[in-house]
Amino acid sequence: MADYRLMKGNEVIAEAAIRYGCDGYFGYPITPQSEIMETLMLRKPWEETGMVVLQAESEIAAINMVYGGAACGKKVMTSSSSPGISLKQEGITYIAGAELPCLIVNVVRGGPGLGTIQPAQSDYFQAVKGGGHGDYRLIVLAPASVQEMNDFVGLGFDLAFKYRNPVMILSDGVIGQMMEKVQLGEFKPRWTNEQIIKMYGSWATTGKTPDRKHNIITSLELDSSRQEKFNHKLIEKYKVISENEVRFEEIACEDAEYLFIAYGSSSRICQKAIEIARAKGIKVGLLRPITLFPYPTKKIQSMLSKIKGILAVEMSAGQMVEDVRLAVEGKVPVQHFGRLGGMIPTPNEVVHALEEQIIKGK
Amino acid sequence: MTEEIIIAGFGGQGVLSMGKILAYSGIMQDQEVSWMPSYGPEMRGGTANVTVILSDNRISSPILFEYDTAIILNQQSMDKFEKSVKVGGTLLYDPNGIIHPPQRKDIKIYKVEAVEEAARMQSAKSFNMIVLGAFLKIKPIVKLENIIKGLKKSLPERHHHLIPMNEKAITRGMEIIEEVK
Repeated sequence: MADYRLMKGNEVIAEAAIRYGCDGYFGYPITPQSEIMETLMLRKPWEETGMVVLQAESEIAAINMVYGGAACGKKVMTSSSSPGISLKQEGITYIAGAELPCLIVNVVRGGPGLGTIQPAQSDYFQAVKGGGHGDYRLIVLAPASVQEMNDFVGLGFDLAFKYRNPVMILSDGVIGQMMEKVQLGEFKPRWTNEQIIKMYGSWATTGKTPDRKHNIITSLELDSSRQEKFNHKLIEKYKVISENEVRFEEIACEDAEYLFIAYGSSSRICQKAIEIARAKGIKVGLLRPITLFPYPTKKIQSMLSKIKGILAVEMSAGQMVEDVRLAVEGKVPVQHFGRLGGMIPTPNEVVHALEEQIIKGK
Repeated sequence: MTEEIIIAGFGGQGVLSMGKILAYSGIMQDQEVSWMPSYGPEMRGGTANVTVILSDNRISSPILFEYDTAIILNQQSMDKFEKSVKVGGTLLYDPNGIIHPPQRKDIKIYKVEAVEEAARMQSAKSFNMIVLGAFLKIKPIVKLENIIKGLKKSLPERHHHLIPMNEKAITRGMEIIEEVK
Protein backbone atom coordinates (compact mmCIF):
# COMPACT_ATOMS: atom_id res chain seq x y z
CA MET A 1 0.00 0.00 0.00
CA ALA A 2 1.21 3.44 -0.85
CA ASP A 3 2.33 5.63 2.03
CA TYR A 4 -0.73 7.74 2.68
CA ARG A 5 -0.92 10.44 5.31
CA LEU A 6 -3.84 12.29 6.79
CA MET A 7 -3.14 16.00 6.39
CA LYS A 8 -4.85 19.37 6.07
CA GLY A 9 -4.75 21.03 2.68
CA ASN A 10 -2.77 23.94 4.12
CA GLU A 11 -0.20 21.66 5.76
CA VAL A 12 0.22 19.84 2.47
CA ILE A 13 1.04 23.07 0.60
CA ALA A 14 3.93 23.60 3.04
CA GLU A 15 5.20 20.03 2.88
CA ALA A 16 4.91 19.91 -0.91
CA ALA A 17 6.92 23.13 -1.23
CA ILE A 18 9.75 21.71 0.88
CA ARG A 19 9.75 18.46 -1.08
CA TYR A 20 9.69 20.22 -4.45
CA GLY A 21 12.89 22.08 -3.70
CA CYS A 22 11.33 25.47 -3.01
CA ASP A 23 13.97 28.08 -2.19
CA GLY A 24 11.89 30.52 -0.23
CA TYR A 25 8.50 31.18 1.32
CA PHE A 26 7.54 34.73 2.29
CA GLY A 27 4.21 35.36 3.96
CA TYR A 28 2.10 37.04 6.57
CA PRO A 29 -0.50 35.14 8.64
CA ILE A 30 -4.23 35.26 7.93
CA THR A 31 -7.09 32.81 8.53
CA PRO A 32 -7.90 30.36 6.93
CA GLN A 33 -4.38 29.66 5.63
CA SER A 34 -2.11 30.32 8.61
CA GLU A 35 -1.25 26.60 8.85
CA ILE A 36 0.89 26.98 5.72
CA MET A 37 3.49 29.15 7.45
CA GLU A 38 2.93 27.41 10.80
CA THR A 39 3.76 24.07 9.23
CA LEU A 40 6.84 25.51 7.54
CA MET A 41 8.06 27.04 10.80
CA LEU A 42 7.56 23.74 12.63
CA ARG A 43 9.29 21.76 9.87
CA LYS A 44 12.33 24.12 9.88
CA PRO A 45 13.28 23.35 6.25
CA TRP A 46 16.23 25.78 6.51
CA GLU A 47 17.96 23.08 8.54
CA GLU A 48 17.10 20.36 6.04
CA THR A 49 17.23 21.87 2.53
CA GLY A 50 18.29 25.46 3.13
CA MET A 51 14.83 26.78 2.18
CA VAL A 52 14.15 30.24 3.59
CA VAL A 53 10.90 30.71 5.51
CA LEU A 54 10.24 34.31 6.44
CA GLN A 55 7.34 36.05 8.13
CA ALA A 56 7.45 39.46 6.53
CA GLU A 57 6.21 42.66 8.17
CA SER A 58 3.24 42.78 5.80
CA GLU A 59 1.74 41.10 2.75
CA ILE A 60 3.20 43.86 0.57
CA ALA A 61 6.69 43.17 1.87
CA ALA A 62 6.19 39.44 1.37
CA ILE A 63 5.21 39.71 -2.31
CA ASN A 64 8.14 42.03 -2.98
CA MET A 65 10.49 39.50 -1.38
CA VAL A 66 9.01 36.98 -3.80
CA TYR A 67 9.69 39.47 -6.63
CA GLY A 68 13.33 39.69 -5.58
CA GLY A 69 13.79 35.94 -5.16
CA ALA A 70 12.12 35.21 -8.49
CA ALA A 71 14.36 37.74 -10.23
CA CYS A 72 17.33 35.60 -9.14
CA GLY A 73 15.81 32.50 -10.73
CA LYS A 74 14.86 31.02 -7.37
CA LYS A 75 11.79 28.88 -6.76
CA VAL A 76 9.84 31.18 -4.43
CA MET A 77 6.30 31.44 -3.17
CA THR A 78 3.86 33.26 -0.94
CA SER A 79 0.42 32.48 0.41
CA SER A 80 -2.43 34.44 1.88
CA SER A 81 -6.20 34.71 1.97
CA SER A 82 -8.41 37.18 0.14
CA PRO A 83 -7.72 40.51 1.94
CA GLY A 84 -4.01 39.70 1.98
CA ILE A 85 -4.04 38.77 -1.70
CA SER A 86 -5.59 42.16 -2.46
CA LEU A 87 -2.63 43.79 -0.73
CA LYS A 88 -0.24 41.76 -2.87
CA GLN A 89 -1.74 42.85 -6.19
CA GLU A 90 0.79 45.60 -6.90
CA GLY A 91 3.64 43.14 -6.49
CA ILE A 92 1.87 40.52 -8.59
CA THR A 93 1.38 42.84 -11.57
CA TYR A 94 5.06 43.89 -11.34
CA ILE A 95 6.08 40.22 -11.32
CA ALA A 96 3.84 39.51 -14.32
CA GLY A 97 5.24 42.61 -16.06
CA ALA A 98 8.81 41.49 -15.38
CA GLU A 99 7.92 37.98 -16.60
CA LEU A 100 9.05 36.19 -13.49
CA PRO A 101 8.05 32.76 -12.21
CA CYS A 102 6.55 32.36 -8.75
CA LEU A 103 3.78 30.56 -6.90
CA ILE A 104 1.01 32.42 -5.07
CA VAL A 105 -1.53 30.52 -2.97
CA ASN A 106 -4.90 32.12 -2.19
CA VAL A 107 -7.02 30.22 0.34
CA VAL A 108 -10.14 32.26 -0.35
CA ARG A 109 -12.50 33.58 2.35
CA GLY A 110 -15.66 35.62 2.00
CA GLY A 111 -15.51 39.34 1.17
CA PRO A 112 -15.56 42.18 0.31
CA GLY A 113 -13.26 43.94 2.74
CA LEU A 114 -12.28 41.88 5.75
CA GLY A 115 -15.48 39.91 5.13
CA THR A 116 -15.53 36.59 6.93
CA ILE A 117 -13.05 33.82 7.67
CA GLN A 118 -15.35 31.18 6.17
CA PRO A 119 -14.81 29.65 2.72
CA ALA A 120 -15.84 31.46 -0.47
CA GLN A 121 -14.99 31.59 -4.17
CA SER A 122 -15.51 35.29 -4.61
CA ASP A 123 -11.96 36.03 -5.78
CA TYR A 124 -12.41 34.40 -9.20
CA PHE A 125 -12.45 37.68 -11.13
CA GLN A 126 -9.40 38.91 -9.23
CA ALA A 127 -7.48 35.71 -9.95
CA VAL A 128 -8.34 35.12 -13.61
CA LYS A 129 -9.05 38.60 -14.97
CA GLY A 130 -5.96 40.38 -13.76
CA GLY A 131 -6.27 41.52 -10.17
CA GLY A 132 -3.68 44.21 -10.51
CA HIS A 133 -3.45 46.80 -13.29
CA GLY A 134 -2.34 46.27 -16.86
CA ASP A 135 -2.92 43.54 -19.42
CA TYR A 136 -1.65 40.41 -17.74
CA ARG A 137 -2.76 36.93 -16.80
CA LEU A 138 -1.91 34.51 -14.05
CA ILE A 139 -2.03 30.79 -14.67
CA VAL A 140 -4.69 29.75 -12.14
CA LEU A 141 -5.00 26.23 -10.74
CA ALA A 142 -8.06 25.23 -8.71
CA PRO A 143 -7.52 22.21 -6.44
CA ALA A 144 -10.57 20.24 -5.30
CA SER A 145 -8.84 17.85 -2.90
CA VAL A 146 -5.95 17.71 -0.47
CA GLN A 147 -4.09 15.50 -2.96
CA GLU A 148 -4.36 18.27 -5.56
CA MET A 149 -3.05 20.81 -3.02
CA ASN A 150 0.06 18.63 -3.05
CA ASP A 151 0.19 18.01 -6.78
CA PHE A 152 -0.41 21.61 -7.85
CA VAL A 153 2.60 22.96 -5.94
CA GLY A 154 4.92 21.02 -8.25
CA LEU A 155 2.76 21.64 -11.30
CA GLY A 156 2.53 25.32 -10.40
CA PHE A 157 6.29 25.77 -10.16
CA ASP A 158 6.78 23.81 -13.41
CA LEU A 159 4.32 26.01 -15.31
CA ALA A 160 5.71 29.18 -13.72
CA PHE A 161 9.22 28.43 -14.99
CA LYS A 162 8.07 27.02 -18.32
CA TYR A 163 6.29 30.28 -19.18
CA ARG A 164 8.10 32.73 -16.89
CA ASN A 165 4.74 33.66 -15.44
CA PRO A 166 3.28 33.84 -11.93
CA VAL A 167 0.99 30.92 -11.08
CA MET A 168 -1.81 31.09 -8.53
CA ILE A 169 -3.31 28.16 -6.65
CA LEU A 170 -6.89 29.35 -6.03
CA SER A 171 -8.08 27.28 -3.10
CA ASP A 172 -10.62 28.06 -0.39
CA GLY A 173 -11.25 27.56 3.32
CA VAL A 174 -12.77 24.11 2.77
CA ILE A 175 -9.84 22.62 0.88
CA GLY A 176 -7.34 24.40 3.14
CA GLN A 177 -8.87 23.29 6.44
CA MET A 178 -10.01 19.76 5.69
CA MET A 179 -7.92 16.65 6.05
CA GLU A 180 -7.88 13.87 3.50
CA LYS A 181 -5.45 11.16 2.69
CA VAL A 182 -2.55 12.31 0.62
CA GLN A 183 0.46 10.78 -1.02
CA LEU A 184 3.34 13.24 -0.83
CA GLY A 185 5.94 13.59 -3.57
CA GLU A 186 9.54 12.44 -3.44
CA PHE A 187 12.13 14.90 -2.18
CA LYS A 188 13.74 16.92 -4.98
CA PRO A 189 16.91 18.81 -4.16
CA ARG A 190 16.91 22.59 -4.50
CA TRP A 191 18.60 23.85 -7.64
CA THR A 192 22.22 24.79 -7.20
CA ASN A 193 23.38 28.24 -8.37
CA GLU A 194 25.17 26.51 -11.26
CA GLN A 195 21.94 24.81 -12.34
CA ILE A 196 20.03 28.09 -12.17
CA ILE A 197 22.72 29.82 -14.31
CA LYS A 198 22.56 26.98 -16.83
CA MET A 199 18.76 26.88 -17.07
CA TYR A 200 17.74 30.48 -16.49
CA GLY A 201 20.97 32.47 -16.80
CA SER A 202 19.61 34.11 -19.95
CA TRP A 203 17.27 36.25 -17.85
CA ALA A 204 17.86 35.67 -14.12
CA THR A 205 20.08 38.03 -12.15
CA THR A 206 22.61 35.44 -11.13
CA GLY A 207 25.64 37.71 -11.08
CA LYS A 208 27.15 39.23 -14.22
CA THR A 209 30.17 37.55 -15.73
CA PRO A 210 32.44 39.10 -18.43
CA ASP A 211 31.02 36.81 -21.12
CA ARG A 212 27.49 38.25 -21.06
CA LYS A 213 25.52 41.48 -20.83
CA HIS A 214 23.60 42.56 -17.74
CA ASN A 215 20.28 40.86 -17.13
CA ILE A 216 17.85 43.59 -16.24
CA ILE A 217 14.61 42.78 -14.44
CA THR A 218 12.06 45.54 -14.79
CA SER A 219 8.44 46.16 -15.66
CA LEU A 220 9.16 49.72 -16.79
CA GLU A 221 9.34 50.71 -20.46
CA LEU A 222 8.93 54.40 -21.26
CA ASP A 223 9.04 53.93 -25.03
CA SER A 224 5.41 53.25 -25.99
CA SER A 225 6.19 51.38 -29.16
CA ARG A 226 8.50 49.03 -27.28
CA GLN A 227 5.92 48.61 -24.53
CA GLU A 228 3.30 47.74 -27.14
CA LYS A 229 5.65 45.18 -28.65
CA PHE A 230 6.14 43.72 -25.16
CA ASN A 231 2.35 43.64 -24.60
CA HIS A 232 1.97 41.67 -27.83
CA LYS A 233 4.66 39.26 -26.66
CA LEU A 234 2.68 38.69 -23.46
CA ILE A 235 -0.56 38.18 -25.41
CA GLU A 236 1.23 35.63 -27.58
CA LYS A 237 2.46 33.83 -24.45
CA TYR A 238 -1.05 33.71 -22.97
CA LYS A 239 -2.30 32.31 -26.27
CA VAL A 240 0.27 29.51 -26.16
CA ILE A 241 -0.73 28.81 -22.54
CA SER A 242 -4.41 28.74 -23.57
CA GLU A 243 -3.67 26.24 -26.31
CA ASN A 244 -1.50 23.90 -24.26
CA GLU A 245 -2.33 24.03 -20.59
CA VAL A 246 -6.10 23.65 -20.24
CA ARG A 247 -6.95 21.05 -17.62
CA PHE A 248 -10.36 19.79 -16.50
CA GLU A 249 -12.14 16.72 -15.17
CA GLU A 250 -15.44 15.24 -16.33
CA ILE A 251 -17.65 13.32 -13.92
CA ALA A 252 -20.76 11.41 -15.02
CA CYS A 253 -20.84 13.28 -18.33
CA GLU A 254 -21.23 10.31 -20.74
CA ASP A 255 -25.03 10.33 -20.77
CA ALA A 256 -25.58 13.75 -19.19
CA GLU A 257 -28.44 15.94 -20.41
CA TYR A 258 -27.65 18.68 -17.90
CA LEU A 259 -24.33 19.94 -16.69
CA PHE A 260 -22.94 21.42 -13.52
CA ILE A 261 -19.81 23.48 -14.02
CA ALA A 262 -17.97 24.04 -10.75
CA TYR A 263 -14.40 24.22 -9.48
CA GLY A 264 -12.73 23.62 -6.12
CA SER A 265 -14.94 22.82 -3.14
CA SER A 266 -18.13 23.61 -5.08
CA SER A 267 -17.25 20.78 -7.44
CA ARG A 268 -17.21 18.39 -4.47
CA ILE A 269 -20.70 19.54 -3.45
CA CYS A 270 -21.85 19.08 -7.04
CA GLN A 271 -20.62 15.47 -6.98
CA LYS A 272 -22.96 14.83 -4.05
CA ALA A 273 -25.71 16.70 -5.90
CA ILE A 274 -25.18 14.38 -8.88
CA GLU A 275 -25.78 11.35 -6.62
CA ILE A 276 -29.04 12.90 -5.38
CA ALA A 277 -30.21 14.07 -8.82
CA ARG A 278 -29.44 10.79 -10.54
CA ALA A 279 -31.40 8.91 -7.85
CA LYS A 280 -34.33 11.08 -8.97
CA GLY A 281 -33.70 10.19 -12.62
CA ILE A 282 -32.10 13.50 -13.65
CA LYS A 283 -29.15 12.84 -15.94
CA VAL A 284 -26.66 15.45 -14.80
CA GLY A 285 -22.87 15.49 -15.02
CA LEU A 286 -20.07 17.73 -13.82
CA LEU A 287 -17.38 19.55 -15.73
CA ARG A 288 -14.71 20.63 -13.26
CA PRO A 289 -12.28 23.21 -14.60
CA ILE A 290 -8.87 22.55 -13.05
CA THR A 291 -7.23 25.49 -14.77
CA LEU A 292 -9.33 28.65 -14.43
CA PHE A 293 -6.92 30.49 -16.68
CA PRO A 294 -6.67 29.04 -19.22
CA TYR A 295 -10.39 28.19 -19.07
CA PRO A 296 -11.78 25.03 -20.73
CA THR A 297 -13.81 27.10 -23.21
CA LYS A 298 -13.39 24.72 -26.14
CA LYS A 299 -14.28 21.73 -23.97
CA ILE A 300 -17.56 23.37 -22.95
CA GLN A 301 -18.32 24.19 -26.59
CA SER A 302 -17.69 20.56 -27.58
CA MET A 303 -20.30 19.35 -25.07
CA LEU A 304 -23.16 21.66 -26.06
CA SER A 305 -24.78 19.42 -28.69
CA LYS A 306 -25.83 16.94 -26.01
CA ILE A 307 -26.59 19.35 -23.17
CA LYS A 308 -29.96 21.00 -22.50
CA GLY A 309 -28.79 23.42 -19.84
CA ILE A 310 -25.90 24.37 -17.57
CA LEU A 311 -25.85 25.40 -13.92
CA ALA A 312 -22.64 27.12 -12.82
CA VAL A 313 -22.25 26.49 -9.09
CA GLU A 314 -19.82 28.70 -7.21
CA MET A 315 -19.65 30.34 -3.79
CA SER A 316 -19.86 33.82 -5.27
CA ALA A 317 -22.49 36.17 -6.63
CA GLY A 318 -21.78 34.84 -10.12
CA GLN A 319 -18.25 35.25 -11.45
CA MET A 320 -17.12 32.09 -13.28
CA VAL A 321 -20.60 31.89 -14.83
CA GLU A 322 -19.54 34.78 -17.09
CA ASP A 323 -16.82 32.62 -18.63
CA VAL A 324 -19.35 29.81 -19.07
CA ARG A 325 -21.68 32.22 -20.90
CA LEU A 326 -18.80 33.44 -23.09
CA ALA A 327 -18.12 29.84 -24.07
CA VAL A 328 -21.78 28.91 -24.61
CA GLU A 329 -22.65 32.02 -26.69
CA GLY A 330 -26.34 31.65 -25.89
CA LYS A 331 -26.69 28.17 -27.40
CA VAL A 332 -28.13 26.61 -24.23
CA PRO A 333 -29.52 28.17 -21.05
CA VAL A 334 -26.86 29.00 -18.46
CA GLN A 335 -27.77 29.90 -14.89
CA HIS A 336 -25.80 30.57 -11.74
CA PHE A 337 -26.34 29.20 -8.27
CA GLY A 338 -24.27 30.06 -5.25
CA ARG A 339 -24.22 30.96 -1.59
CA LEU A 340 -22.32 33.93 -0.27
CA GLY A 341 -20.52 35.31 2.72
CA GLY A 342 -18.97 32.04 3.82
CA MET A 343 -22.18 30.02 3.55
CA ILE A 344 -21.77 26.72 1.73
CA PRO A 345 -24.49 25.47 -0.62
CA THR A 346 -26.05 22.15 0.33
CA PRO A 347 -26.19 19.40 -2.33
CA ASN A 348 -30.00 19.48 -2.02
CA GLU A 349 -30.05 23.22 -2.71
CA VAL A 350 -27.93 22.62 -5.81
CA VAL A 351 -30.32 19.95 -7.09
CA HIS A 352 -33.28 22.21 -6.34
CA ALA A 353 -31.63 25.06 -8.27
CA LEU A 354 -31.05 22.74 -11.23
CA GLU A 355 -34.70 21.70 -11.21
CA GLU A 356 -36.11 25.21 -10.81
CA GLN A 357 -33.69 27.34 -12.82
CA ILE A 358 -32.76 24.99 -15.63
CA ILE A 359 -35.16 22.06 -16.03
CA LYS A 360 -38.44 23.90 -15.30
CA GLY A 361 -37.07 27.19 -16.55
CA LYS A 362 -36.71 25.97 -20.11
CA MET B 1 -19.64 1.23 2.26
CA THR B 2 -19.89 4.91 3.03
CA GLU B 3 -20.37 6.23 6.57
CA GLU B 4 -21.04 9.93 7.06
CA ILE B 5 -20.50 11.07 10.64
CA ILE B 6 -20.71 14.32 12.59
CA ILE B 7 -18.97 14.50 15.96
CA ALA B 8 -19.98 17.56 17.96
CA GLY B 9 -19.27 18.85 21.44
CA PHE B 10 -17.22 21.36 23.42
CA GLY B 11 -13.71 22.39 22.46
CA GLY B 12 -11.26 20.39 24.58
CA GLN B 13 -13.37 17.22 24.69
CA GLY B 14 -11.23 15.65 22.01
CA VAL B 15 -13.89 15.90 19.30
CA LEU B 16 -11.43 16.79 16.53
CA SER B 17 -8.86 14.20 17.59
CA MET B 18 -11.50 11.47 17.82
CA GLY B 19 -12.41 12.26 14.24
CA LYS B 20 -8.77 12.25 13.25
CA ILE B 21 -8.17 8.83 14.78
CA LEU B 22 -11.25 7.48 13.01
CA ALA B 23 -10.05 8.92 9.69
CA TYR B 24 -6.53 7.55 10.17
CA SER B 25 -7.96 4.10 10.90
CA GLY B 26 -9.87 4.32 7.62
CA ILE B 27 -6.61 4.97 5.77
CA MET B 28 -5.06 1.95 7.52
CA GLN B 29 -7.73 -0.23 5.98
CA ASP B 30 -7.31 1.34 2.53
CA GLN B 31 -10.45 3.49 2.50
CA GLU B 32 -11.06 7.00 1.28
CA VAL B 33 -11.48 9.46 4.14
CA SER B 34 -12.23 13.11 4.77
CA TRP B 35 -12.15 15.19 7.97
CA MET B 36 -13.69 18.65 7.86
CA PRO B 37 -13.66 20.71 11.08
CA SER B 38 -15.67 23.76 11.98
CA TYR B 39 -13.12 26.55 12.09
CA GLY B 40 -15.41 29.54 12.05
CA PRO B 41 -16.80 31.85 14.70
CA GLU B 42 -18.75 29.03 16.39
CA MET B 43 -15.36 27.55 17.29
CA ARG B 44 -14.55 30.77 19.16
CA GLY B 45 -17.79 30.24 21.10
CA GLY B 46 -16.48 27.02 22.63
CA THR B 47 -18.24 24.39 20.51
CA ALA B 48 -16.34 22.18 18.11
CA ASN B 49 -17.52 19.78 15.47
CA VAL B 50 -16.02 17.71 12.73
CA THR B 51 -17.49 15.85 9.78
CA VAL B 52 -15.76 12.54 9.11
CA ILE B 53 -16.48 10.39 6.07
CA LEU B 54 -15.12 6.89 5.46
CA SER B 55 -15.88 5.24 2.16
CA ASP B 56 -14.80 2.48 -0.19
CA ASN B 57 -15.37 4.94 -3.04
CA ARG B 58 -14.20 8.43 -3.93
CA ILE B 59 -15.76 10.89 -1.49
CA SER B 60 -17.96 13.56 -3.04
CA SER B 61 -18.67 16.44 -0.66
CA PRO B 62 -16.57 16.71 2.51
CA ILE B 63 -19.24 19.02 3.91
CA LEU B 64 -22.60 17.48 4.67
CA PHE B 65 -25.96 18.58 5.94
CA GLU B 66 -27.34 15.16 6.93
CA TYR B 67 -25.51 12.27 8.50
CA ASP B 68 -25.65 8.49 8.96
CA THR B 69 -24.41 8.97 12.51
CA ALA B 70 -24.31 11.94 14.88
CA ILE B 71 -22.11 11.67 17.96
CA ILE B 72 -23.33 14.42 20.26
CA LEU B 73 -21.52 15.53 23.39
CA ASN B 74 -23.28 18.71 24.56
CA GLN B 75 -26.71 20.35 24.52
CA GLN B 76 -25.89 22.99 21.89
CA SER B 77 -24.84 20.24 19.51
CA MET B 78 -27.97 18.22 20.31
CA ASP B 79 -30.09 21.25 19.43
CA LYS B 80 -28.19 21.70 16.20
CA PHE B 81 -27.64 18.16 14.93
CA GLU B 82 -30.45 15.87 16.21
CA LYS B 83 -32.54 16.98 13.25
CA SER B 84 -29.66 16.33 10.80
CA VAL B 85 -29.56 12.56 11.31
CA LYS B 86 -30.88 10.71 8.25
CA VAL B 87 -34.11 8.76 8.76
CA GLY B 88 -33.06 5.32 9.99
CA GLY B 89 -29.70 6.74 11.06
CA THR B 90 -27.96 6.66 14.41
CA LEU B 91 -27.56 9.17 17.22
CA LEU B 92 -25.08 8.46 19.99
CA TYR B 93 -24.82 10.82 22.94
CA ASP B 94 -23.40 11.23 26.39
CA PRO B 95 -26.25 12.24 28.76
CA ASN B 96 -23.84 14.30 30.87
CA GLY B 97 -25.05 17.91 30.63
CA ILE B 98 -27.94 17.03 28.32
CA ILE B 99 -31.12 18.73 29.55
CA HIS B 100 -33.29 17.83 26.57
CA PRO B 101 -32.62 14.24 25.49
CA PRO B 102 -33.26 13.36 21.84
CA GLN B 103 -36.92 12.91 20.91
CA ARG B 104 -36.88 11.48 17.40
CA LYS B 105 -38.63 8.15 16.79
CA ASP B 106 -37.34 7.55 13.25
CA ILE B 107 -33.69 7.03 14.19
CA LYS B 108 -31.79 4.67 16.50
CA ILE B 109 -30.63 6.36 19.70
CA TYR B 110 -27.84 5.16 21.96
CA LYS B 111 -26.20 6.65 25.03
CA VAL B 112 -22.81 6.21 26.60
CA GLU B 113 -21.98 7.55 30.06
CA ALA B 114 -18.46 8.42 28.96
CA VAL B 115 -17.80 11.40 31.27
CA GLU B 116 -18.75 9.32 34.31
CA GLU B 117 -16.79 6.31 33.12
CA ALA B 118 -13.68 8.37 32.39
CA ALA B 119 -13.88 9.77 35.94
CA ARG B 120 -14.25 6.24 37.31
CA MET B 121 -11.20 5.18 35.28
CA GLN B 122 -9.41 8.26 36.71
CA SER B 123 -8.50 9.24 33.19
CA ALA B 124 -10.51 12.25 32.05
CA LYS B 125 -8.59 12.30 28.76
CA SER B 126 -9.89 8.82 27.88
CA PHE B 127 -13.35 10.33 27.47
CA ASN B 128 -13.25 10.59 23.70
CA MET B 129 -11.89 7.05 23.29
CA ILE B 130 -14.75 5.68 25.41
CA VAL B 131 -17.16 7.44 23.05
CA LEU B 132 -15.26 6.09 20.04
CA GLY B 133 -15.50 2.55 21.48
CA ALA B 134 -19.25 2.96 21.96
CA PHE B 135 -19.60 4.10 18.35
CA LEU B 136 -17.58 1.15 17.05
CA LYS B 137 -19.78 -1.28 18.99
CA ILE B 138 -22.81 -0.17 16.97
CA LYS B 139 -20.96 0.69 13.75
CA PRO B 140 -17.92 -1.58 13.46
CA ILE B 141 -16.64 0.28 10.39
CA VAL B 142 -13.01 0.14 11.44
CA LYS B 143 -11.22 -2.72 13.17
CA LEU B 144 -9.67 -2.15 16.57
CA GLU B 145 -6.29 -3.23 15.20
CA ASN B 146 -6.50 -0.50 12.57
CA ILE B 147 -7.33 2.07 15.26
CA ILE B 148 -4.17 1.04 17.09
CA LYS B 149 -2.18 1.22 13.84
CA GLY B 150 -3.68 4.64 13.19
CA LEU B 151 -2.80 5.84 16.68
CA LYS B 152 0.78 4.63 16.24
CA LYS B 153 1.05 6.51 12.99
CA SER B 154 -0.64 9.73 14.08
CA LEU B 155 0.79 10.10 17.58
CA PRO B 156 4.35 11.25 18.15
CA GLU B 157 6.55 8.48 19.57
CA ARG B 158 6.67 10.11 23.01
CA HIS B 159 2.93 9.48 23.38
CA HIS B 160 2.99 5.84 22.32
CA HIS B 161 2.96 4.69 25.95
CA LEU B 162 -0.61 6.06 26.12
CA ILE B 163 -1.89 3.67 23.45
CA PRO B 164 -2.74 0.78 25.88
CA MET B 165 -4.80 3.24 27.96
CA ASN B 166 -6.66 4.32 24.82
CA GLU B 167 -7.28 0.71 23.85
CA LYS B 168 -8.70 0.01 27.32
CA ALA B 169 -10.99 3.04 27.02
CA ILE B 170 -12.25 1.94 23.60
CA THR B 171 -13.02 -1.54 24.96
CA ARG B 172 -14.79 0.00 27.97
CA GLY B 173 -16.92 2.14 25.68
CA MET B 174 -17.97 -0.95 23.76
CA GLU B 175 -19.14 -2.50 27.04
CA ILE B 176 -21.14 0.34 28.52
CA ILE B 177 -23.11 1.62 25.52
CA GLU B 178 -26.89 1.30 25.91
CA GLU B 179 -29.69 1.57 23.40
CA VAL B 180 -32.35 4.13 24.36
CA LYS B 181 -35.83 2.80 23.57
